[in-house]
Amino acid sequence: MRKAQGSWEKRILKSLNSMCTELSIPLARKRPVGEQKELLNKWNEMGTDEPDLSLFRPVYAPKDFLEVLINLRNPNYENGDSLSFRTHLGLIQVPLKVKDIPELKEFFVELGLTTGQLGIDDSTQVPPELFENEHVRIGQKVLAEQDSAAAQQYIRQGSPTALRAELWALILNISSQPEDILYYEQLKTNVIQHDLLVDSLIYKDVKLTASNDDYYFVFEDYLYQVLLCFSRDTSVLGHFAYNSASPPKSYIRGKLGLEEYAVFYPPNGVIPFHGFSMYVAPLCFLYHEPSKLYQIFREMYVRFFFRLHSISSHPSGIVSLCLLFETLLQTYLPQLFYHLREIGAQPLRISFKWMVRAFSGYLATDQLLLLWDRILGYNSLEILAVLAAAVFAFRAVNLMEVTSLAAAEAVLADLSTLKVMPLLQIFLFATVT
Amino acid sequence: MSRVSVPCHVKGTVALQVGDVRTSQGRPGVLVIDVTFPSVAPFELQEIMFKNYYTAFLSIRVRQHTSTHTPPKWVTCLRDYCLMPDPHSEEGAQEYISLFKHQMLCDMARVLELRLILRQPSPLWVSFTVEELQIYQQGPKSPSMTFPKWLSHPVPCEQPAPLIEGLPDPSRVSSEVQQMWALTEMIRASHTSTRIGRFDVDGCYDLNLLSYT
Repeated sequence: MRKAQGSWEKRILKSLNSMCTELSIPLARKRPVGEQKELLNKWNEMGTDEPDLSLFRPVYAPKDFLEVLINLRNPNYENGDSLSFRTHLGLIQVPLKVKDIPELKEFFVELGLTTGQLGIDDSTQVPPELFENEHVRIGQKVLAEQDSAAAQQYIRQGSPTALRAELWALILNISSQPEDILYYEQLKTNVIQHDLLVDSLIYKDVKLTASNDDYYFVFEDYLYQVLLCFSRDTSVLGHFAYNSASPPKSYIRGKLGLEEYAVFYPPNGVIPFHGFSMYVAPLCFLYHEPSKLYQIFREMYVRFFFRLHSISSHPSGIVSLCLLFETLLQTYLPQLFYHLREIGAQPLRISFKWMVRAFSGYLATDQLLLLWDRILGYNSLEILAVLAAAVFAFRAVNLMEVTSLAAAEAVLADLSTLKVMPLLQIFLFATVT
Repeated sequence: MSRVSVPCHVKGTVALQVGDVRTSQGRPGVLVIDVTFPSVAPFELQEIMFKNYYTAFLSIRVRQHTSTHTPPKWVTCLRDYCLMPDPHSEEGAQEYISLFKHQMLCDMARVLELRLILRQPSPLWVSFTVEELQIYQQGPKSPSMTFPKWLSHPVPCEQPAPLIEGLPDPSRVSSEVQQMWALTEMIRASHTSTRIGRFDVDGCYDLNLLSYT
């Protein structure tokens, strides 16, 4: 796995280097003073800037990453030519251990039919005295006690909208101390002083994704403020201790090979890909103060989101999530799986982009936040794979009638009307197996 | 507890298979690795450490030195220790494992030879073994020192010498110095761990290309 991650990283580096040489733009340079002043004045409205980004292209898109994952092979694994009991019919060919539905039922026990959920039991038909009022009261108590572990347990049943921002901050251990605000201001200074090629990639990504989204285009300026500062933040380098990836290195101009002149590029070691800004966009609904928004995003990234674009055998890593999705579909919807495979529409090709973005930009925002509540509550990304399978189960009847990959994509193109919690509950607890 | 590595000679793996190796289908599911200690006297085994490579179950047999004239016999000291909870999946397949004396079924006082029996029932894996095998014995215990007599039996307090005129009381001075030292220790211990976060080298962060190494 590490070898695969290493060679994938090399490909990314080559792509970035070739973009550099083609466009004759340095990876990083110090901004002249005039430009610095200009940027400082425009800091809160960077969205109005319209630089020419037509020559820039994203370093990679999720579908490139999927191709790498499909080609992961264990040299010690005997697949053989004939079909055996362990032939992988899906795209992922690595035999990682994934949970099956009985194990998932046990893991996600708080999502069961007999437990109240926000997202189901707070709908207008259900009188609030049954569940919602009591749940809000408990939430307020948890916040008053400032009990992080209790908050994590509480949020498994969903968070009331009014309490969500504080609950997430409590679970992620974010408190806005003056030193945190100062740190953010220092990152802002770093952005002003140095211009990075990665900045243009971020601009391009925001313009291509979040700015075109009906829900998130209003937050465009916030996204620049967060993402540009994020790429200057060296504290993010700490997460490489438990990430299979490694940060790219470079040498100060001309001093190739001398360790005293070695630096990481970008300073936080993370090269954004197409869709990266969508990790930040939903958070803008919860936090309006830039330094707090920044801290929450940074913590979410180093706890969860980095696993969605690096190759590892972790149960919440993207490889395990893909395998979990395919296994669930194969086991519980065998006819659908077989049909889709026969028409050349492997289900993972459609659901991969949902999982890599943690469904951001595909679900309606309130549903997405309910989903991310559960990610925080269970400290695991496996729920993304379960939801992906549940979506396929929901649209199974329509999918059985399609005859091509394009038609299957069309059936699953619009998820904005879906209600996340009923889907999950039915798939895990109410499907007859 | 300290431990000392014991040099061992690991003989090549021997596959156990029913029937003729050439004509029968499938791969052997049982391998045996013999470990001898040619240059060391019978020792007490403390720890066995190795890196697993797709072995599902491990059994260990040991031959110990007996003082009587009977030839030493093989005794099983570890039976079917599970290394991979699911032999068909990757979990535990490449883990580093340590086995200690207290996990063994029998006493490991005078080890002559070890025999590791590896089992992998799943047909999915091309090969399996254990790598980087290291055996440790008990290190020397920290030598017990005899304390000098005056440390363990302090003499009763003598009368302090009479104070010279004009000098401050020594016990008061020593307590004040102690307080000052405690303050400096506190300051040193409480320095903040937040990093400054510099990513440039002397203010310069001009880069042209990324490095591949």
